[in-house]
Amino acid sequence: MASIPADHETFDAHHDAHDHKPAFFARWFMSTNHKDIGTMYLIFAIFAGVIGGAVSGIMRAELMHPGIQYLGAVASFLGEKNPSFDQQLHLWNVLITAHGLIMVFFMVMPALIGGFGNWFVPIMIGAPDMAFPRMNNISFWLTVAGFLSLMFSAFVPGGVGNGAGTGWTVYAPLSTSGSVGPAVDFAIFSLHLAGAGSILGAVNFITTIFNMRAPGMTLHRMPLFVWSVLVTAFLLLLALPVLAAAITMLITDRNFHTTFFDPAGGGDPVLYQHLFWFFGHPEVYIMILPGFGIISQIISTFSKKPVFGYLGMAYAMVAIGVVGFIVWAHHMYTTGLDVDTKMYFTAATMVIAVPTGIKIFSWIATMWGGSIEFKSPMVWAIGFIFLFTVGGVTGVVLANGGIDDNLQDTYYVVAHFHYVLSLGAVTSLFAGFFYWFPKMSGRWHSEFLSHVQFYIFFVGVNLIFFPMHFLGTQGMPRRIPNYAPVYEHWNEVATIGYMVMSVSMVVFFINIGYALMFGRKAEGNYWGEGATTLEWTLSSPPPFHQFETLPVIDAAATH
Amino acid sequence: MIMAENSRVVAKAFAKAAIAAALLLAPAMVLAQPAPAAVAANAPAAAADVPAATPAAPVAAVSADKQAVTPAADAYVPMKPTPGKGQPTAGAYGFQDQYSPTGKEALLMHNALLMPVITAVSLLVLGLLMYVVARFNRRANPVASKTSHNTMIEVVWTLLPVLILVVIAVPSIRLLAHQYKAPAKGAVTVKVTGYQWYWGYGYPDNGGFEVISNILSDDDAIKRGEMPQLAADNRMVVPAGEDIRIQTTGSDVIHSFSVPSLWFKLDAIPGRINERVMHIDEPGVYYGQCSELCGVRHGYMPIVVEALPRPKFEAWVKAQGGTVGAPAAAAKTAAASGTTAKPAA
Repeated sequence: MASIPADHETFDAHHDAHDHKPAFFARWFMSTNHKDIGTMYLIFAIFAGVIGGAVSGIMRAELMHPGIQYLGAVASFLGEKNPSFDQQLHLWNVLITAHGLIMVFFMVMPALIGGFGNWFVPIMIGAPDMAFPRMNNISFWLTVAGFLSLMFSAFVPGGVGNGAGTGWTVYAPLSTSGSVGPAVDFAIFSLHLAGAGSILGAVNFITTIFNMRAPGMTLHRMPLFVWSVLVTAFLLLLALPVLAAAITMLITDRNFHTTFFDPAGGGDPVLYQHLFWFFGHPEVYIMILPGFGIISQIISTFSKKPVFGYLGMAYAMVAIGVVGFIVWAHHMYTTGLDVDTKMYFTAATMVIAVPTGIKIFSWIATMWGGSIEFKSPMVWAIGFIFLFTVGGVTGVVLANGGIDDNLQDTYYVVAHFHYVLSLGAVTSLFAGFFYWFPKMSGRWHSEFLSHVQFYIFFVGVNLIFFPMHFLGTQGMPRRIPNYAPVYEHWNEVATIGYMVMSVSMVVFFINIGYALMFGRKAEGNYWGEGATTLEWTLSSPPPFHQFETLPVIDAAATH
Repeated sequence: MIMAENSRVVAKAFAKAAIAAALLLAPAMVLAQPAPAAVAANAPAAAADVPAATPAAPVAAVSADKQAVTPAADAYVPMKPTPGKGQPTAGAYGFQDQYSPTGKEALLMHNALLMPVITAVSLLVLGLLMYVVARFNRRANPVASKTSHNTMIEVVWTLLPVLILVVIAVPSIRLLAHQYKAPAKGAVTVKVTGYQWYWGYGYPDNGGFEVISNILSDDDAIKRGEMPQLAADNRMVVPAGEDIRIQTTGSDVIHSFSVPSLWFKLDAIPGRINERVMHIDEPGVYYGQCSELCGVRHGYMPIVVEALPRPKFEAWVKAQGGTVGAPAAAAKTAAASGTTAKPAA
């Protein structure tokens, strides 16, 4: 760019006032600015998260006591006149499906990759923007369209009642011959749209990271957050097309009389599960790897030390990504896999504990010898390390095919994946949010409220999910709206936990409101000496276009 | 180096798998030879009894409607469940007590190996975090060190988890091999079919009748001394103390046949038959629930397995209009050959 200054000048009329922003509609609806798109992703993720969280609130309320209490009222609210018992039960399945799909595709992924990825990957590598700014915009709006398609599915017939009641895994034949009506088609189409958006986003990140690093920013000098997004982008690029193929076959099985998953025509329902989980297992790493990256940045910043074992950390993520592709059938231990297959997947799955352990220990070693400041992002990050460890070790239990027979599809599994996602990925989201919020908005949130939110959240989510281990070992299946009264005790505790957790969300929104209205201005590097990555060399918020003169990274720069 | 370690684990696992596969194949080969004779012995008897058995099936199927059709006026009375046995306990923390050999093995592995390891790892991480927080905060340690590499410790925290995982993998692989043991010859076969939303228990070796099992209303369950949501009108009745060949299939969508107190779960998938051996050590009632989302009434498909001593089981089979003669005789001869086959597995 520096070689063609004359062209640049004639091309860009706003060269002198480079912080001049387009008018509202052009800025937000035709955006090509990575920071604006990142902001939109974050707002969208918060909006979707509120809906997904409200859905789980209905679920926890219903599960507080045995019997069906609230589903009828909720069904009426959603427009079902005098819902029958079966319609109420169908609504339950719609709720669990919506909760899963919303939280995975429209909350965690947009926030971590679309939000923080868009905002900080270009800045951290010293690039002015993403490689394909217009494609970036399409990625976002495809995600929004996917969300609308999913929301729409809740109001069209999907069997005895409205909405898709297949679970987020959309297993055939429940999702094909088992669900009449267009709801499942719309739910599947929403995955197509969100998936297409994510694939375009992945292409964009890979191209950006490989081609637009500032002079001196070698791969091995990139901040770990950039590494994490790079690995995640590869996972997205390789896994999502498999999902797209699988759900396209679902669509044709449903509407065009193909029989890919229908044994009556030579198809196989288990084939769908293999395809789904070949996507689905990398997907869980897609959700957590960017979180790993954020935590690495935060731990290093507030310990005022470079990340311990940088190369080990980077390649541990690469290893997790690679091994993540060859362990998918541990989600299918009870489908009738033969013994040798089960032994292989048991062994392969346990291997993942090794790079994950490297990351946990390296974070602690980063803190070791540091001079730790307990600002709110650091507190969230320390919480993350412990909660993720708890979720990780139950993963080692579940990895054993022979042990899993008794835990598959019970609340133990629900506890496990919520510890790594709801308590892991979401905790990393909040950590990242408070780490970068003043940078993004230019205004300070209340550190006090962030701390308060952390402690309430920590107590709440542990109350929700820890007792679920006990429900699972006692045999309570997932995805049931009613249960034997013996399971009441821990369900009640979990619902009380939900109430506690929701208080922490109220604190969160008060905090955002406070920051936007009254927050004091944030300076460029508000975390001080520990914050060494490139975003801290810019103002808060950064200029509309940053690094028009590329920064040069010298060998002395730390991670 | 991490990759090298990983591949070593994988290689180890493959070696284990190969050994286990060889062990598994051995009894299968032993069983393969006498099998034709047993089939020949069963076939005529089964054929002779088909007319007698066929009427039983529709009768049972009718009961699919809602309430139980009381079985023929024979001695069978549904067994009362024992509290804490075969069913969940209120407020409990751990697994249900186990009543099958592989269940006991799995429970032991979980309680004696997995739980201590994961508790220790969690506490180690918690302890390290607390130490770091106390020792290396800004007040206690104003000047941060610049250490960012220590090859020795990185090797240790890579190799140590590998060792721990190998220690876990050995009994885990062994457990899998035991779970996949072929049933003893002449074992009673129960074909479990998942329907939306009830279970069918077919007895192909005993005249081919099928018992249809629907959920009981909460009131009826309490009246019969059973837990609401877990009780069914008709049970899957099986003999205690011997191998049972469970075959599962789905008639419409995927269901999953699960009995937590027997450490047993096998999906019932349309177009497929899954088979696994079940062995219940002692008579009793064992409860479970459908464990794969199967539509609207997924939460209303309880599984009730009642294990009876052999004579009572046979009486029950006869009361259902089934036959016991030939398979029972086969079972006795099978028991002999089965024991010789066992040590290999």
